[in-house]
Amino acid sequence: MKYETQKALPPPASTIGVLGWMRKHLFKGPGSSIATLVLGYLAVIWLWPLIDWAFISADWLGTTRQDCSGDGACWVFINQRLDQFLYGFYPEAETWRLDLSFVILMACIGWLVIPRLPAKGPMAVFTLVIFPFIAFVLLSGGFFGLEPVDTHKWGGLSLTLVLAVVGIVAALPFGVLLALGRRSHMPIVRSLSVIYIEIWRGVPLITVLFMASVMLPLFFPEGMDFDKLLRALIGITMFQSAYMAEVVRGGLQAIPRGQYEAADALGLGYWQKMVMIILPQALKLMIPGIVNTFIALFKDTSLVLIIGLFDLLAIMQAAANDPNWIGFATEGYVFVALVFWVFCFSMSRYSQHLEKRLHTGHGAR
Amino acid sequence: MFKKSLLATATTLSIALASTTAFAAGTLDSVKERGHLQCGVTSGVPGFSVPDDKGNWKGLDVDVCRAVAAAVLGDASKVKYIPLTAKERFTALASGEIDVLSRVTTWTLSRDTQLGINFAGVTYYDGQGFLVKKDLGLKSVKELDGATICVQSGTTTELNMADYFRTHGLQHTPVVFDTNEQAATSFDTGRCDAFTTDLSQAYGLRTRMSNPDSVVALPEVISKEPLGPVVRQGDDQWFNIVKWSLNAMITAEELGVTSANVDQKKSDNNPNVQRLLGGSEGLAKGMGIGEDWGYQIVKQVGNYGESFDRNVGMGSPLKIDRGLNAQWNQGGLLYSPPIR
Repeated sequence: MKYETQKALPPPASTIGVLGWMRKHLFKGPGSSIATLVLGYLAVIWLWPLIDWAFISADWLGTTRQDCSGDGACWVFINQRLDQFLYGFYPEAETWRLDLSFVILMACIGWLVIPRLPAKGPMAVFTLVIFPFIAFVLLSGGFFGLEPVDTHKWGGLSLTLVLAVVGIVAALPFGVLLALGRRSHMPIVRSLSVIYIEIWRGVPLITVLFMASVMLPLFFPEGMDFDKLLRALIGITMFQSAYMAEVVRGGLQAIPRGQYEAADALGLGYWQKMVMIILPQALKLMIPGIVNTFIALFKDTSLVLIIGLFDLLAIMQAAANDPNWIGFATEGYVFVALVFWVFCFSMSRYSQHLEKRLHTGHGAR
Repeated sequence: MFKKSLLATATTLSIALASTTAFAAGTLDSVKERGHLQCGVTSGVPGFSVPDDKGNWKGLDVDVCRAVAAAVLGDASKVKYIPLTAKERFTALASGEIDVLSRVTTWTLSRDTQLGINFAGVTYYDGQGFLVKKDLGLKSVKELDGATICVQSGTTTELNMADYFRTHGLQHTPVVFDTNEQAATSFDTGRCDAFTTDLSQAYGLRTRMSNPDSVVALPEVISKEPLGPVVRQGDDQWFNIVKWSLNAMITAEELGVTSANVDQKKSDNNPNVQRLLGGSEGLAKGMGIGEDWGYQIVKQVGNYGESFDRNVGMGSPLKIDRGLNAQWNQGGLLYSPPIR
């Protein structure tokens, strides 16, 4: 007699793989099976026309509306207008400047978000302090032999990104300062911060933009021409920093009193205490709130269409009003929605990743 | 409501202030000094002002800007287009952000007299009209007794229609929609017998219908919407330049001068043509611009008929009939005072 251990049998075929998964999640008992079938049927009924419209009957190639059969989506429209959607009315020969700025920005962000890469500190300084100047020089020109490009020619996705990035980069430091101001013990600083935050939070962004573009010029002296885009950027930044301040304040309040007292006991000054002890902990807690604000800001940028700036959405609407392309607004909206979704979803995923990575055991989960 | 009227009052007040104090004169000088014209346009209305595939602005309103630039600077391309929303347009003009507003703006008494602006003429006689299917064989709105009519809700369009049908003792059933697009689509699918809106828009919407050629506009136009270029009050010289740039385009069509034959016509012995193209000394002196202003407009922009045709007329996808916008001797309303 020989005894040997039988090799462990593989799990029954019905519990692994696709089949097993389906059995477990979709057909666990009659009720679940019926629900799966009914919902699956509905999904096919509802989704099929969409897939058919967007892919199967869609027209992809061509140059004019005659190339579209009219049964499905006419992606020719997007194709023909893609440059305009990306660059607005930026002179064609100069679009490399937008590309370059975008590549640098992405490289900076990539460097900052990939944990393995070294020298995060200098890189962050470069991104936040030096890059804006590089981007400004590249985009508006007028230096180093670059042809100047008026801001009224900016548009499309690049304008949306300019608005969002400037808003995000500028609003965070202002927000932190305002939040610290609101929690300060100095009465004047505190009341000024409170007044600022409450006034800006009490006004809709549309009103801010409208004031910046319509009312403000009337108060300027004759001949003083303040760039409309700059006015909008200042408006957005001031508006968003008020919201950011409240998010930051929420984070600051969540830090236990002991941390403040411990920092005081070590003999740290106010700024040392904030920068080295409080803010690093607080900012970690604030990530969901901050990203939430960023995503909202990114979407809010499309409001600039009410002041006649051609961001991605506005330029699509203008394109859909071209007599040669009338009637293809749906394709345009789908495209714009997709672009916005990609940006917002990436931000959201990165924030989740960041939360996990920074979760160093502060408090219980 | 209170807020709205408050804002309106504030806007009107500030416009009035700005227009009376800051910019009493000198638009011509500042345009010449700047080297380009700043022209307020829409952010996209088919046929009137809309950017094309290459980002160049095209349209009937845009051609007025180009004509003014051709007359003043001798180059129709020296225009900076400032897209404006309907709310912004008058403040942009009052604050000096733009020199001319050419943005499908209806000429009304209250605007002309209360906002510190002047209308320099009419580029397009718009008005509310009716679209019907061709195969119904209708010839007039009066035959629409008892019809169902698709219309956008909450607009003057709806009220105009009700007024018109009441005064003519006709019955109708309005079918109202949130947007003009929905109303047009429902008309297209047969939900209504007719569809009503401003004609310039109706033609744009017609191009989206399943069979645009089977849809026609009835001859009646039941409201008056004269659209024209606008300038600030208080600068009569500039007002004259814009007014006569438009008149030059209209006169050129009347005289049969086109961008193609303008060089031949220069040696034409018709004195009216000579005067238009700068053959008679001193005509442009009062405007302070070059003697060849009329030639430059026709050469670079074309006459009114050419502009109409390529932007909204038969040469464009909109295919709008000349209708009221024909010359006065062709049954329309276009009548330029003589250039002499």
